[in-house]
Amino acid sequence: MKYIDEYRDADAAKKFTVAIHKITSKNWTLMEVCGGQTHAIVKFGIDELLPEKITLVHGPGCPVCVTPLELIDKAIQIASKPNVIFCSFGDMLRVPGSQKDLLMVKASGGDVRIVYSPLDAVKIAIDNPDKEIVFFAVGFETTAPANAMAVRQARALGIKNFSILVSHVLVLPAIEAVLSSPECRVQAFLAAGHVCAVMGFAEYFPIAAKYRVPIVVTGFEPLDILQGIYMCVKQLEEGRFEVENQYARAVRKDGNLPARNLVDEVFRIVPRKWRGVGEIPESGLGLTENYMDFDAEKRFEVSEYTAEEPAECISGLVLQGIKKPNECAAFGMRCTPENPFGATMVSNEGACAAYYRYRRHLSKIQTAEGIGV
Amino acid sequence: MCLAVPGKIISIAGDDPIFRNGRVNFGGIVKIVNLSYVPEAKIGDYILVHVGFGLSVVDEAEAKKVFEYLREMGELEELKEVSI
Repeated sequence: MKYIDEYRDADAAKKFTVAIHKITSKNWTLMEVCGGQTHAIVKFGIDELLPEKITLVHGPGCPVCVTPLELIDKAIQIASKPNVIFCSFGDMLRVPGSQKDLLMVKASGGDVRIVYSPLDAVKIAIDNPDKEIVFFAVGFETTAPANAMAVRQARALGIKNFSILVSHVLVLPAIEAVLSSPECRVQAFLAAGHVCAVMGFAEYFPIAAKYRVPIVVTGFEPLDILQGIYMCVKQLEEGRFEVENQYARAVRKDGNLPARNLVDEVFRIVPRKWRGVGEIPESGLGLTENYMDFDAEKRFEVSEYTAEEPAECISGLVLQGIKKPNECAAFGMRCTPENPFGATMVSNEGACAAYYRYRRHLSKIQTAEGIGV
Repeated sequence: MCLAVPGKIISIAGDDPIFRNGRVNFGGIVKIVNLSYVPEAKIGDYILVHVGFGLSVVDEAEAKKVFEYLREMGELEELKEVSI
């Protein structure tokens, strides 16, 4: 496919790899923020091509992974109600709640449906006027415009039997949380390309300056990621800490203004709990007062419910780049995609699931040895 | 979750600011995509699509720059010195 295949060209990837080896003189730790990038890095073995001096740690950018336990429980409570059709992206169905997951609700007779787009849920609401349709609105800034539009369309069409359970999170506060942690070892960031396609990258300038970290807006194909790493390492080696845009074919400085405008109309910034991390101030989105009648938490009276997270899973440390998945004693042994302890083992974009899928549990420590560099 | 796939717009319907949509071809698979957020998009453009929404028109000139960047690095000559 155009704009995909050419960015997977092996010869070009090799050239970038050699270039990275040539400019690297010191130890550097980089974080890719987005779970989609984590997946691509492990799938294509990009981390194994890099010099030993470069460590990639995996960031908190998997919305499925960071959705807190209590919101999963709320989803399960709502989905278990008899008159509800609960719609969700597929990834959320297997995320363990306190007692069970959404798939188990479906197995026991609940009407839980996987949809591709929130607009599919709006259509289900139109087709089922005697049912309550709830969409599980998870995601980062990339997905917020889609969920905002679903609500906006529902209002325009006068649809009363549609609501959303909001679990929106924002990337920037998560990056700041990582950087301000005393355990932070991240020296540069690959910023998430599709988040920036919506939001632009002007908001990264103060972060790069304050924490003196290079931030490179990066795409998702192997060449994008290798070029993003090259640009980060070049800045680190030269002592620069700037915001650069590797993914200019999709990302403009101001992002997508029509999308940002509707997100601002429908959502407001709220504090959010992140699974395994805890509450981060001003780190999520909730509905504005004007759209509060679409809030499923209010409609189904689950706002007050809270749940404590189990202590045994280290996904919080993985999400902050402090631990790698294969540094967990349970990884690949007691914790597997079939029997996940935490959400990072569930989502396709979770770091633990990516490591497991691409057999990293078979060799606990991967190095670049043996590739002849 | 933040996956977005590039596809080519093959038709556009409507001009309502929130319902404008188009048929988009992803390497042979055609889907209806909401185009509200890419009002500048025309038939024949490639757009990045996320959960049924066009989020960005792919800039063809910028798309080639990855390869220009490679050439600019002057690696072609220096590559001979190092091999993987």
